[in-house]
Amino acid sequence: MRNDFPVKFDRVCEVLDKHKCDPNKLIAILQEVQEEYKYLPEDIMTYIATALGISPGSVFGVATFYSHFTLEPKGKYVIKVCDGTACHVRKSEEILKVLEKELGLSGRKKTSDDMIFTLETVACLGACGLAPVVVVNDEVHGSMTKEKTIELLNRIREQEKQENNK
Amino acid sequence: MTGSILTKQIIDLDKTREIYKDASASYKSRIVICAGTGCMANGAMSIYNKFREVIYERGLKVAVMLDKEEHKEDDRCDNDFLLVESGCQGFCQMGPLVTLYPQKILYTKVKTSDVEEIVDRTLIKNEYVDRLLYECPDSKHHVRDMDKIPFYERQNRIMLKLCGHINVHDADEYIANGGYFMARKSVLEMTDTQICKEILDSGLRGRGGGGFPTGRKWDLTRINESDVKYVICNGDEGDPGAFMDRCVMEGNPHSVLEGMIIAAMAVNATKGYVYVRTEYPLAVSRLKTAIRTARENGILGEHIFGSDRSFDIEVMEGAGAFVCGEETALIASIEGKRGMPSIKPPFPAEKGLFGKPTVINNVETLATVPVILEMGAEEYRKLGTETSKGTKTFALTGHVANTGLIEVPFGTTLREIVGEIGGGVIDDDGNNCGVDFKAVQIGGPSGGCLTQEHLDLPLDYDNLRDVGAMVGSGGLVVMNQNTCMVQIARFFMQFTQNESCGKCVVCREGTRQMLALLDDIIEGRADAATLDLLEELANTVKIGSLCGLGKTAPNPVLSTLKYFRDEYIAHVYNKRCPTGNCDALKTYRVIVEKCKACGLCARKCPVDAIEGSKGVPYVINIEKCIRCGACYTACKFDAIVKG
Repeated sequence: MRNDFPVKFDRVCEVLDKHKCDPNKLIAILQEVQEEYKYLPEDIMTYIATALGISPGSVFGVATFYSHFTLEPKGKYVIKVCDGTACHVRKSEEILKVLEKELGLSGRKKTSDDMIFTLETVACLGACGLAPVVVVNDEVHGSMTKEKTIELLNRIREQEKQENNK
Repeated sequence: MTGSILTKQIIDLDKTREIYKDASASYKSRIVICAGTGCMANGAMSIYNKFREVIYERGLKVAVMLDKEEHKEDDRCDNDFLLVESGCQGFCQMGPLVTLYPQKILYTKVKTSDVEEIVDRTLIKNEYVDRLLYECPDSKHHVRDMDKIPFYERQNRIMLKLCGHINVHDADEYIANGGYFMARKSVLEMTDTQICKEILDSGLRGRGGGGFPTGRKWDLTRINESDVKYVICNGDEGDPGAFMDRCVMEGNPHSVLEGMIIAAMAVNATKGYVYVRTEYPLAVSRLKTAIRTARENGILGEHIFGSDRSFDIEVMEGAGAFVCGEETALIASIEGKRGMPSIKPPFPAEKGLFGKPTVINNVETLATVPVILEMGAEEYRKLGTETSKGTKTFALTGHVANTGLIEVPFGTTLREIVGEIGGGVIDDDGNNCGVDFKAVQIGGPSGGCLTQEHLDLPLDYDNLRDVGAMVGSGGLVVMNQNTCMVQIARFFMQFTQNESCGKCVVCREGTRQMLALLDDIIEGRADAATLDLLEELANTVKIGSLCGLGKTAPNPVLSTLKYFRDEYIAHVYNKRCPTGNCDALKTYRVIVEKCKACGLCARKCPVDAIEGSKGVPYVINIEKCIRCGACYTACKFDAIVKG
């Protein structure tokens, strides 16, 4: 699977150079690398470990500790359902259920097979005044209902269809 | 290098303020568009663009940044209006918000289609557009002066004053409103001991949750001799339901930097970090811009304000770990390690970041510091209660009419916060029911619940601790009567279980088992021993954990057990959820009076659990019922109830 992705080590080198191979900057390095590849491929993490002079275990340990890092590629649209307290008491769970059903995703399966959608929950996005909140990539959608969620999904699907037709 | 220092421009604050005042006087109106997260999501930016468009169409001129060039008398700046993007104004429920100065008119829930009317009637003809003004829910009266809106009138916004007022893209607006004057004073006129004493005298306590006196923390760091010391601003606001730090970092990033400069002068630090959680990309970018601007103006970097002192700040983005809000974990995270807390002592004041003395303060604490220096400790002390001085921001959310960000003095009661500022509790159908809440959860996953009996309790650090809750970071989540408290406890347990870093066994395994016990209760598997076990385990986790996360993780469970024990008992012994929220415990029954005996429910029932015949009310056989809810949704006469 991994061989299908041409691994561009030159970008990693740039990031490492920028941070002067300082092991204290590991988190920033991983963030920038993930920005580039959309996830953290295993051989890149090993490469970073060698360059920083620390064990691959330490890099892997940090990568798995923080929820922002992902070791698997994500879909084109990352849908985050906020499950912070304010959203929770305003029934964010129902919205999650609707999305799970619509996208055929649940539990461990977070990304659709066509790599279009990834569904996640987050603890709090800090937009509690608009609860319940759904975020698609970086776009915030507030005061969501089941109906509005389906509408939103249909809009994305439509957009995707148009892009494919072009 | 030396050359650049010598030629570096150092901003003249007084002159900047004067120029700004002169320049701003030439505008007829200042149009402030709230660009906080809430209003942005509701389309604030398209309103902003529409304003520019419409004003141009009318042949008038609008500036988006104050024109501060010194003009000759005859060609003085010829813009009519100033259009400003501000940070969060707090009244998120009513967004998008548009405020007009000097008229002090607040228009709520503005749509792009309203812009033309605002320009034509208010900006040009000085009339009010009544339907966009805030309407008092009781009197149906339209409030023309924004300060008279109950949401704002009852608050005491001193730290948040500029947030939501000044242009987030223009540092000069912050300076024109008194910004950086206190930083300059701390650099040029005050000694380290003087600053520490002033802050200690003000009674300021950590706003992040712990409530440790800030002045003492600074003094402890000050007395530790070291060539390098650090100041860290903790912006890892992970507590679900809290967003005040976010608003300050986005709406007034310079106040955070100013607080950090003053802290650095107090402890003689040379380097600072702002640790911001990655979920706040806007805060990260605004802070970075603010730091760049401050450096360009000689406020950060070497020889700040032309003195021989140096201080610089770097933004560090978190990577999604709640435990990093704990100071020792946060330090580990900045060092590029897994964010796991370590044993105290040594405290960060002795051995913190990279082994050097470090001060860590929360965003709100630091943003309050310049305000205190400006007001003077004596004045600041007058606000608040005996043990908790000053004001506190709260994020008011949940089942309340006016959600948003508020700032009130310590000692304010829930009756005032929920009833007056919040505008009352709303039930599931959106009806307002006064202060009839079931519980107010305060302090997030580390806090506890307040109930009707605490309606008149003056909220401060010590009173809250005494009733088993805590100020925490200040999330106030209002819950109406239809909320299942066991599920709320489970919700927080799930959160802390997820976020436990795994270092301490009792926290890692204890939270998992507590969650399993709560699942048993919710799903009807609990027995007589469950509650005792849950309580015992909760106390073990509390005692046996190293950091704040584990020590406070059982609080929501203990607090709900204390105030809503009858609800737990109903779940455990009667296998019944009083609010009808727990699916596994739901029972459905037919209200005989309402049943029209149409038979629809019986036909929909997949297991034939409903019996009856024409003319005779139908009955649900509890033994056969699988609690699918099909009958409940099918009934057209609301004759079937669950609970």
